[in-house]
Amino acid sequence: MSDWPLWEVFIRSQHGLAHKHVGSLHAPDAEMAIKNARDVYTRRNEGVSIWVVRSSDITASSPGDKEPLFDPANSKVYRYPAFYEVPKEIKNI
Amino acid sequence: MATAGIQTNPDEFQERIDAGIKIEPKDAMPDAYRKTLIRQISQHAHSEIVGQLPEGNWITRAPSLKRKAILLAKVQDEAGHGLYLYSAAETLGVTREQMIEDLLAGKAKYSSIFNYPTLTWADIGAIGWLVDGSAIINQIPICRCSYGPYARAMVRICKEETFHQRQGFEIMLTLSRGTAEQKAMAQDALNRWWWPSLMMHGPSDKDSKHSAQSMKWKIKLFSNDELRQKFVDQTVPQAEFLGLTIPDKELKWNPERGHYDFGQIDWDEFQNIVQGNGPCNQERLQARISAHRDGAWVREAAAAYAQKHPRGARRSA
Ligand SMILES: [Fe+2]
Ligand SMILES: [Fe+2]
Repeated sequence: MSDWPLWEVFIRSQHGLAHKHVGSLHAPDAEMAIKNARDVYTRRNEGVSIWVVRSSDITASSPGDKEPLFDPANSKVYRYPAFYEVPKEIKNI
Repeated sequence: MATAGIQTNPDEFQERIDAGIKIEPKDAMPDAYRKTLIRQISQHAHSEIVGQLPEGNWITRAPSLKRKAILLAKVQDEAGHGLYLYSAAETLGVTREQMIEDLLAGKAKYSSIFNYPTLTWADIGAIGWLVDGSAIINQIPICRCSYGPYARAMVRICKEETFHQRQGFEIMLTLSRGTAEQKAMAQDALNRWWWPSLMMHGPSDKDSKHSAQSMKWKIKLFSNDELRQKFVDQTVPQAEFLGLTIPDKELKWNPERGHYDFGQIDWDEFQNIVQGNGPCNQERLQARISAHRDGAWVREAAAAYAQKHPRGARRSA
């Protein structure tokens, strides 16, 4: 089984929601990965749709890049509605 | 598109819609549903992109560094909205290139409001307050529309729009509490943006040709006139608070209806702009064409780099 690639599994839990990562598994090909995912991750009706993606096809940001990637947003508090003064009398804004 | 050939039973499809089950990219769907959505989502995307231009006009001339940073952040959000929506449209089988080509060739539509000029700083306030305000009213119901990727894109967009409207209202509030000249500037901006904002909800129900089918398919959840009424009802008290006058002599609370009555919209003006004859149609399209042309070398350089350095090479090095 060690020569079977690793697959990341994404499940759409409910109609209308986006697929969400739930875990991974080994399988020889995509079709088997879906079948296995169905058995491993949806035994209690957890989903309405499954995606599988080869783990090796995922490019991830490295943990060391966290600050340069995300810190610049910290100072941009004006991107949030709460930054603005809206008088109490004003409704629907 | 692989799924386009699948036979769709229109009754089964409608049952699914009626049951509130979302349609997803790989599901079978009637061709007309697909085409309507491609048209609507791509027009929506184009509106976000072209909508950056009138406000972009004031980024370098914002009255303070704070206002400049805010405006920059807002315009950046609009670019993001365009990108979410282009991606949602692509799930239906249309390519990004095709959509952009149609826009640049003048074949695709976008919201006609962006063909008006932004003459003063107060216009930035009026746009946030009224134009983003109208957009929010149109967009909130779409968060519940029948097509999954469109609905999900709209949830993200609506969350971000709140800040847009608030920053606009805050500009209007500041100006109307300012000098007589500043207050006059706010009034002038309201005078110019009020009617175009009412047009944003689309032609009146009796002239709206796509509405009935779109409502059946839950691509549209409220009629244009309903959305417009909602906008008027919630905006009039806000204008009163600002001490500004809405430029409509017929505007009046109707206690029987429980709504404001308002005057006739100049639909000839609307049609004229849709036909391409608004004050800035040429300028807007030209700006998009230049941006696309001037950015060509960046796209070429990125493609050349990707070819030289196969995927992941930089990371694992
Ligand atoms: Fe937007
Ligand atoms: Fe906006």
